[in-house]
Amino acid sequence: MSEAGFRLLDVSVIHASELRKNYGDFAAVDGISFDVAPGESFGLLGPNGAGKSTTMRMIGGTLLRTSGTLEVLGLDPETRGPEVRASLGVVPQSDNLDEELRARDNLIVYGRYFGLPLSYLKPKADELLEFAQLTEKANAKVNSLSGGMKRRLTIARGLVNEPRVLLLDEPTTGLDPQARHILWDRLFRLKEQGVTLVVTTHFMDEAEQLCDRLVVMDHGQIVAEGSPSSLIKQYSSREVAEVRFGSERNAAMVDELRDLAGRIEVLPDRILMYADDGEGLLEEVHRRGLNPVTSLVRRSSLEDVFLRLTGRSLID
Amino acid sequence: MAEPTTATASEVATVVGTGGVDHAALAARSRVWGALHVAQRQWVNEIPFIHIVLLTALGNPIIYLAAMGIGLGALVTSQVAGVPYLIFVAPALLVSTVATSGAGWGTWPIMGGFKWEKNYFAASATSVTPGQIALGETIGMTARLILQGAAFWVLGLPFNAWHSPWSVLTVPIAMLAGLAFFAPLAAYSATIEDEGIQFNLINRIIVMPMFLFAGTFFPLDVMPIYLQWIGWISPMWHGTQLARVAAFGMAYPLEGVVAHLLVLVAYVAVGLVLMRRNFFRRLTK
Ligand SMILES: Nc1ncnc2c1ncn2[C@@H]1O[C@H](COP(=O)(O)OP(=O)(O)O)[C@@H](O)[C@H]1O
Ligand SMILES: [Mg+2]
Repeated sequence: MSEAGFRLLDVSVIHASELRKNYGDFAAVDGISFDVAPGESFGLLGPNGAGKSTTMRMIGGTLLRTSGTLEVLGLDPETRGPEVRASLGVVPQSDNLDEELRARDNLIVYGRYFGLPLSYLKPKADELLEFAQLTEKANAKVNSLSGGMKRRLTIARGLVNEPRVLLLDEPTTGLDPQARHILWDRLFRLKEQGVTLVVTTHFMDEAEQLCDRLVVMDHGQIVAEGSPSSLIKQYSSREVAEVRFGSERNAAMVDELRDLAGRIEVLPDRILMYADDGEGLLEEVHRRGLNPVTSLVRRSSLEDVFLRLTGRSLID
Repeated sequence: MAEPTTATASEVATVVGTGGVDHAALAARSRVWGALHVAQRQWVNEIPFIHIVLLTALGNPIIYLAAMGIGLGALVTSQVAGVPYLIFVAPALLVSTVATSGAGWGTWPIMGGFKWEKNYFAASATSVTPGQIALGETIGMTARLILQGAAFWVLGLPFNAWHSPWSVLTVPIAMLAGLAFFAPLAAYSATIEDEGIQFNLINRIIVMPMFLFAGTFFPLDVMPIYLQWIGWISPMWHGTQLARVAAFGMAYPLEGVVAHLLVLVAYVAVGLVLMRRNFFRRLTK
């Protein structure tokens, strides 16, 4: 592509303005605006049903928007689908691999959809299998692979056209902790190579690990935007003291704790007390003779940000 | 397209190549050739099973030719349409075999591509368009229909089923009849989200009657006039008539030949338009 063709890149890889998707009366995506910069790792964090997948599919031009503006690499994905998707890697929320084909053939067939020549695809497939740590499984049929292997293969498949932008819809849902860390490591390497990542997740630790910047989504709307640390700084205290008095007593204790912390959240199983000095707060709780059954102090997370913004947990 | 670079073995462990692919060139090629890129999948998937595909494709014709041509032909000693029964029935068998395949491939496999295998959704995330996916599936099917028709024709040779070299035209005619079933049914199948039980019904109330009233085993005009319309709307009958003209020069008015061709082409054209529309809707909703 000529330099001129992608001049917009200097500004935004993805530009969305008042983006909306309605199903009948229901707004799955309710007028959201955001920009993704080149090389950035951008996140959409929100609970199930927030509208993350809907947004991702509109970016790839495989879902028609109801209204609003959307530009990917300077082009409208609805009318310039082939041009946009040639530069895009898509990892959908649920794997849609060719179950009957071998792992390696999945990469090659998918690459052929792009019209990539076999002379390119054969070495590329091996390279990607290596990247996904699936070299030993190259000739295994997909339906014999574990969930984690399938997920890695789907991600490898999304890289077959050497995309400039990689869309990852819930990349690690359903993976065990070790597999998640391997994946994060792989994605981090891609980012280092300049690939722009757009990640949806409902795991706050994933958002914190992967994203330079993110938007918090709820009910189709963006409720906050920023880097993980700036969001935490803005919407939460530095630390959180979690105390449990047993499910019957929790509610009764709240009044006695209220004046100790700047903010208190009562969850069914525990009470969260927000403060910059969590240990100090906990000492004060004990000094008052309010002995919780268990207690701990931790750093604030995006989970706390979400709770603050919506009054709900990310994962119900 | 610029030659993409690939990482050397030493780089592989840490990096996966990015930046060598010319995306604009990819998109430009996709715009032109996307449908063919989609069509290739059927072949990649099927090459390991090619012997099974061929066996099932050819098993039926052999049995048909033997049973109908030779068995039934021994009973039907008088000539039909001026030729021995085997010569009369062979082009029709070729057409109905291929057309029935076209009908079958337009149902479960298309629905499965959306529902079970989801390969259409996978493809739609690449540089091809939904319309190209529909067209690519049709091209892949066309190749199968031709292969099946050609195999049938070759098999007819030792049975002495063909009078003239023109009989080879039955292959493209059968392909057209097969597509006339495939495209409209595929358009419908692209809309089905449930378990597809309606396919049994379609087979029984549409495909079977169209086969039985296609004039395969006897000329349609021996049927009572109030049943003949089933043949008239059947792509199989139009294909059969054309195939007989080609195979043994059955006496036929030129307008008739043109009309049969037009009907088949119309079925395919309307089917393709609907198919592209429905693929687009399903893959963008
Ligand atoms: N095809 C559809 N028809 C009607 N509602 C839909 C459709 N697809 C998604 N939705 C609804 O839109 C909302 C957002 O869905 P989605 O984008 O998948 O959320 P997320 O990916 O954040 O979990 C959900 O409430 C979902 O039920
Ligand atoms: Mg989702």
